[in-house]
Amino acid sequence: MSAAEPVKASAPSRLGRTGRARFGALCAYALLLTGSVVMLIPLVWLVRSSFMGLGQIFIFPPEWIPDPWQWDNYPKALTTIPFVRYFFNTLFILVPTVVGTVITAALAAFGFSRLSWPGRDWVFGVLLSALMLPYAVTLIPTFLLWARIGLINTYWPLVLPDWFGGSIFYVFLLRQFFLTLPRELDEAAIIDGANPLQVLRHVVVPLSRPALITVAIFTALFEWNDFLGPLIYLNDSRQFTLALGLAEFTGLYTSQWHLLMAASTVVIAPVLVLFLFAQRYFIEGITLTGIKA
Amino acid sequence: MACAAPAVLGFVFWQLGPIVASLLIALTDWRIAATPNWIGLDNFQQILTGDRLFRKSLGVTAYYALGSVPLRLLAAFVLAVLLNQKIRGLPIFRTIFYLPSIVPLIASSVLWIWLFNPDFGLLNAILTPLGVPRLQWIYGTRTVIPALILMSMWDIGPMMIIFLAGLQGVPRQFYEAVEIDGGNPWHKMRHVTIPMVTPTILFNLILSVIGTMQTFVQAYVMTEGGPDNASLLYVLYLYNKAFEQSQMGYASALAWVLFVIIAGLSVLLFRSSSRWVYYAGR
Repeated sequence: MSAAEPVKASAPSRLGRTGRARFGALCAYALLLTGSVVMLIPLVWLVRSSFMGLGQIFIFPPEWIPDPWQWDNYPKALTTIPFVRYFFNTLFILVPTVVGTVITAALAAFGFSRLSWPGRDWVFGVLLSALMLPYAVTLIPTFLLWARIGLINTYWPLVLPDWFGGSIFYVFLLRQFFLTLPRELDEAAIIDGANPLQVLRHVVVPLSRPALITVAIFTALFEWNDFLGPLIYLNDSRQFTLALGLAEFTGLYTSQWHLLMAASTVVIAPVLVLFLFAQRYFIEGITLTGIKA
Repeated sequence: MACAAPAVLGFVFWQLGPIVASLLIALTDWRIAATPNWIGLDNFQQILTGDRLFRKSLGVTAYYALGSVPLRLLAAFVLAVLLNQKIRGLPIFRTIFYLPSIVPLIASSVLWIWLFNPDFGLLNAILTPLGVPRLQWIYGTRTVIPALILMSMWDIGPMMIIFLAGLQGVPRQFYEAVEIDGGNPWHKMRHVTIPMVTPTILFNLILSVIGTMQTFVQAYVMTEGGPDNASLLYVLYLYNKAFEQSQMGYASALAWVLFVIIAGLSVLLFRSSSRWVYYAGR
């Protein structure tokens, strides 16, 4: 590479400036389309398999369109294992977890952004270091603690920790958002006689609805997907969550691929719908924590 | 200050306390049923000198991380650059590329077992007609880790979004300056884009190293560490010691070794960053 090269590149080329730009855009589209197909094919394969009969699923080379469409794969998959019960079990963990995380993370974020007290940023820095901590280290002592108290096979180990600010990640996300709100609003409210909690309740929370929704969605998603937590704390199959239920089902029905795919689709579908409707909260939430980190 | 109390207490209860406890437990022969005895550094000595599976799982994990992290970073970066070309339909492409990372890991594990099926799976159905010999994927000792790396490439959504945000923060004038100097798109990439997003690269790199070193669900559900321990990822080995063999002391020592390795890697990456990360503000 010589220094003279940029000069050469600026000489008029056969394509010209706009021609070259158009060619570049075309290449970008081609790559993006290819990438999209690659990303989507596994999901198409999932849904296609979930509607097929065992005969058709084991044809090689494979067929793409179910013939006939076996709708009863779904009721069959969902009744061989009590998926409805697992669904309500999951909600029973998810709802209090989301509520606890949003409330306590908002409180903490408020304390770390809008109030000033000695050592505030230092304490926050220490808390933030938990983001880098491998979960494997805290796993065993936490388990032994819950075992000692005798709360294995209850939902307490899965819910209670989230009433302590949830993951520091959420406190961080909300703090980043709160810092973007103008301080004058707090000051005006304080002059009007509001105490800090009232400022949080009536000034900060109404303005932070998107960030709070983001935290609620991330928490809900985490709980819906969580596997390791329920795996170690829940041994009684009557208490299983959907994630555990799907794993149990996989162990029992190996090679019943049509049923396994139907069950997987049922576990995936609510999440995908949530994502499609609430996409902007995902994007904004990730962007907020990613950029300013 | 009282507002932050729950979070501070949470840190003490669920992070700090357990870390300290973990170190203490690692110095015992703690099993669920029996009274634990102090055994000093015996666990660590056993891990570092006599444990064949520890070495195996560390090697497997390193192999997996060395494959998965750079490939995912590269793919996420390329996609973000493409999406940043002021392209029509950006929201649709962004949705599509993000979608797979929403899929619950347990469900995507079940799905990928089926995709990897050597006889009727999608991957061999696509590759065999192209002349590729029929691969065993997660059922072969030599293909299982590459297969899991391939699967991890499906989950690059959040990384891509973070890159995209970083790219959008690059001031337009910098590109114009390159154009005035007669630079081509490669020069823009090499001398503006890459230097300007190095902080984002560092952020993605560190978080994905920490996450990838602790991969568990895929190995637990898809391979159970097999065949022949070829996919015995570190956390799966730790889980087996703790919750299958209830050797809590030994497993805690394993956790601390992992902690030290991850912390060491993070420090190395941060240290190295002064050589290759460019902060516009400084």
